[in-house]
Amino acid sequence: MVDQGLANRDTLENDQPLLLAESLSKSFGRIAACRDVSFALYPGEVLAIVGESGSGKSTLLQMLSGQLAPSAGYVSYRMRDGVTRDLTTLGEAERRFLFRTDWGFVHQDPAQGLRMAVSAGANVGERLMAVGWNHYGRIRETASDWLTRVEIDVARIDDAPRTYSGGMRQRLQIARNLVTEPRLVFMDEPTGGLDVSVQARLLDLVRSLVAELHLAVIIVTHDLAVARLLSHRVMVMKGGRVIETGLTDQVLDDPREPYTQLLVSSILPP
Amino acid sequence: MNAPAYNFAYLDEQTKRMIRRAILKAIAIPGYQVPFASREMPMPYGWGTGGVQVTAAILGPRDVLKVIDQGSDDTTNAISIRKFFAKTAGVATTTATAEATVIQTRHRIPETALRENQVLVYQVPIPEPLRFLEPRETETRRMHALAEYGLMHVKLYEDIARFGHIATAYAYPVKVNARYVMDPSPTPKFDNPKMDNCPALQLFGAGREKRIYAIPPYTQVVSLDFEDHPFEPYRFNAPCALCGAEDSYLDEIVTDDQGGRMFVCSDTDYCEGRQAAGHHGSLSAAPYREKAGSHG
Repeated sequence: MVDQGLANRDTLENDQPLLLAESLSKSFGRIAACRDVSFALYPGEVLAIVGESGSGKSTLLQMLSGQLAPSAGYVSYRMRDGVTRDLTTLGEAERRFLFRTDWGFVHQDPAQGLRMAVSAGANVGERLMAVGWNHYGRIRETASDWLTRVEIDVARIDDAPRTYSGGMRQRLQIARNLVTEPRLVFMDEPTGGLDVSVQARLLDLVRSLVAELHLAVIIVTHDLAVARLLSHRVMVMKGGRVIETGLTDQVLDDPREPYTQLLVSSILPP
Repeated sequence: MNAPAYNFAYLDEQTKRMIRRAILKAIAIPGYQVPFASREMPMPYGWGTGGVQVTAAILGPRDVLKVIDQGSDDTTNAISIRKFFAKTAGVATTTATAEATVIQTRHRIPETALRENQVLVYQVPIPEPLRFLEPRETETRRMHALAEYGLMHVKLYEDIARFGHIATAYAYPVKVNARYVMDPSPTPKFDNPKMDNCPALQLFGAGREKRIYAIPPYTQVVSLDFEDHPFEPYRFNAPCALCGAEDSYLDEIVTDDQGGRMFVCSDTDYCEGRQAAGHHGSLSAAPYREKAGSHG
């Protein structure tokens, strides 16, 4: 349980949104991939973006994480110093710095988010070295610490991730992202391609880390079970628009839109 | 047209101007890799086409040229390039470091301290220090531009994790003028400290990769390391078998198939100079000259 004094001190901080999207749109030629998306994300909040393939989820995620410039609208982010800034006004150096310190990005394919040829320890330590850590012993200690936290045997710290199983790679990718203690993590189908028991373990891990570190997460998934397990809020997308948004249990148990009803009813009952 | 078959120092004047512009830019931004329109040279890539173009562009009629290959003045590569410029530029050549004004080198810095008004030209195979960690050129250029050099330490981390110490023995990355991380070409890390605050101008030419970079005289050059694993130059723990030098970089020469070997200075000019001055090592032929006949 969070200490009461600490909780009070954080209240003000938590009252303001961490990330704010304002009428975000993106079109590729005549194709509108994303239309007029607005929402606010608060510290410690987990937001799931669900929808079928081609609904604009990934485009939205790329815009939110500053990798793709929106055609219209803007994204603003409250930096660690408390100043809220429009992402498009950030210089490239600032954006990249943000990306490897205060943000994390967990890819569906771990090979995209990891350096497959260097050891797990170096993978976790890379962000630390990028922000100027220059003491091998401390870097290694922190890396072992994180491997333990994501349930990877520390004896495998010097093995390259290509010798790891799919589930281990994904957990390593999470450790690599969390080592600089980011406040916001983007996840793109983090459980895709994993078998169900490994998925369950990974989700369990992510859920405990999110609570422990008070992380805000934007998770893109087509798996409603993942959304139900992890997220506080759900946004349903279809044809580039947000058609329904609300608390997770509300949206999933009592869907309003026909498409959401279809989506929810298409899950086989256990 | 009655143009001469060859221009002074092989390259035509327009090409030299282009290379000189690249060199000036490289000197202005120490450690930054300047792209240039590298030409075909009458030698294969990997034999010093970059170094030769830089030398051709800076050479004047009164220069004295020295060429070394792994420290040696008398290997094929060194002799060929020396002859090439003796023929195409008619410049004086030498093997003595102190006499030379331009020294083209492959993988060594002479032991004799360099002075002002000397230029050291390096032949560089792969100019990009981040290459084997990040294959995309667009990405490495961006990393240089934003001074994102964390990845360089990842390489050193890997060394320590695997071997217990920084095992990179050559092409050891350096930071030039507290800004750009640079590959000092495959010189042994023994030579890295010589680059720091060197009175001579150091130019680097990579022909295949079409890059020129430079360290101006008296520029700070720092070898990257960790606080708890500091940079250490490496040297075989032996004196030179010919001249007895204890401070020079040594080559290991296998002498038979019984495990016999000898260590000799890699810098032949330095070694010969010391022998001429009366120094000799354990295997030096000089004091035993009268016995030479018995070896047949």
